[in-house]
Amino acid sequence: MYLILVGGGNVGIQLAKRLIAKGHEVLLLEKDGRTAGKLANLIGDENVMMGDGCELYTQKHAGFNRADVVVAVTGEDEDNFVTCQLAKEVWNVQRVVARVNDPSHEPTFRAAGIDDTVSSTGIIFSLIDQQISSDEFIPVGHLHKGHVEVVETVISHRSRLAGKVLREIELPNGSFVVYLLRDGVGIPITGETEFQVGDTVVALVPTARADDLRQVMVGGVVNS
Amino acid sequence: MNVVILGCGRTGALLSMQLSQAGHKVTVIEQTPENLRRLGKDYPVRIVLGNGLDLDILEKSGIRDCDAFFAMTRGDNTNIFAAEIVKRNFEVARIAVKVADPSRADAYRKMGFFTINAAALLAGLLGDWLTGSEYKPINSYNVLSKELNG
Repeated sequence: MYLILVGGGNVGIQLAKRLIAKGHEVLLLEKDGRTAGKLANLIGDENVMMGDGCELYTQKHAGFNRADVVVAVTGEDEDNFVTCQLAKEVWNVQRVVARVNDPSHEPTFRAAGIDDTVSSTGIIFSLIDQQISSDEFIPVGHLHKGHVEVVETVISHRSRLAGKVLREIELPNGSFVVYLLRDGVGIPITGETEFQVGDTVVALVPTARADDLRQVMVGGVVNS
Repeated sequence: MNVVILGCGRTGALLSMQLSQAGHKVTVIEQTPENLRRLGKDYPVRIVLGNGLDLDILEKSGIRDCDAFFAMTRGDNTNIFAAEIVKRNFEVARIAVKVADPSRADAYRKMGFFTINAAALLAGLLGDWLTGSEYKPINSYNVLSKELNG
């Protein structure tokens, strides 16, 4: 796989290191000459190119036309947007990923066909938000471009799962309990699995039904 | 007409003065207060201080009720992204984008934006001035040399 990363800040360099370790062909683009020099010392000359990743000239020389993935991770949404849009529209790159700092910009990225966006502001916000509304129902991640949520909870006395067998419990449509951790040991889930207070349970739920699942798993009065 | 102009640099300031003198209702978005001195004292221009890529600031500028949006900052990507935000979030009939990099301007023109590249325009006009040819419509000056096209 040939991956081009644009933006040699903290995110860019950490990503580059990991991808190189995985054996991928990686090129990190950085427009500041001094920063590019330091990056070359860290991850090797062949993996760094000095240039503005928003310029067609640079993109041509970086080989955007043969890139499998272009990842734009500068601190500026406008730069990440232009890099990804040109990658798609001019060079036909199949997969583009953009870092988005202002979550309200995400719809504009999506509307332009830049589907893979990562917003650290959004992630941190949702963690804080969930912690405030209930510290017992923790979003662990997203699947399927955000349509499915992975959530984790520790069963308390208030939970409707406590002391029940899985097949007795009515879960919201499309949600699945996928993992149970008891005293540090993973236990396979079947219809006969009985939940006990203190169990850690991981479930998948369509994002639209996350609140319904929260009612079941956390129980009691939900302050959302 | 109601117009919103993003950026009060040389181009944005001149444009807002000309349009307000011609009787249009002009709102200027600018994040650096010092740049507003370019407007002088007597121009009836509405000013919104802030970042034009912020949807709340755009909303405040009256973008929903405007007939045209001009992205005129000195940042190519800022202008392009602002135009994309306005195009995809608000219904604005006409959008003009200033892009200094000729090849980037060309790419966005092909994507359907009314894109102004000062370098191409100037080069074309100066060529006509030299030979005494008549000045042509804007679009005929948007020809790129292969070199610049990357």
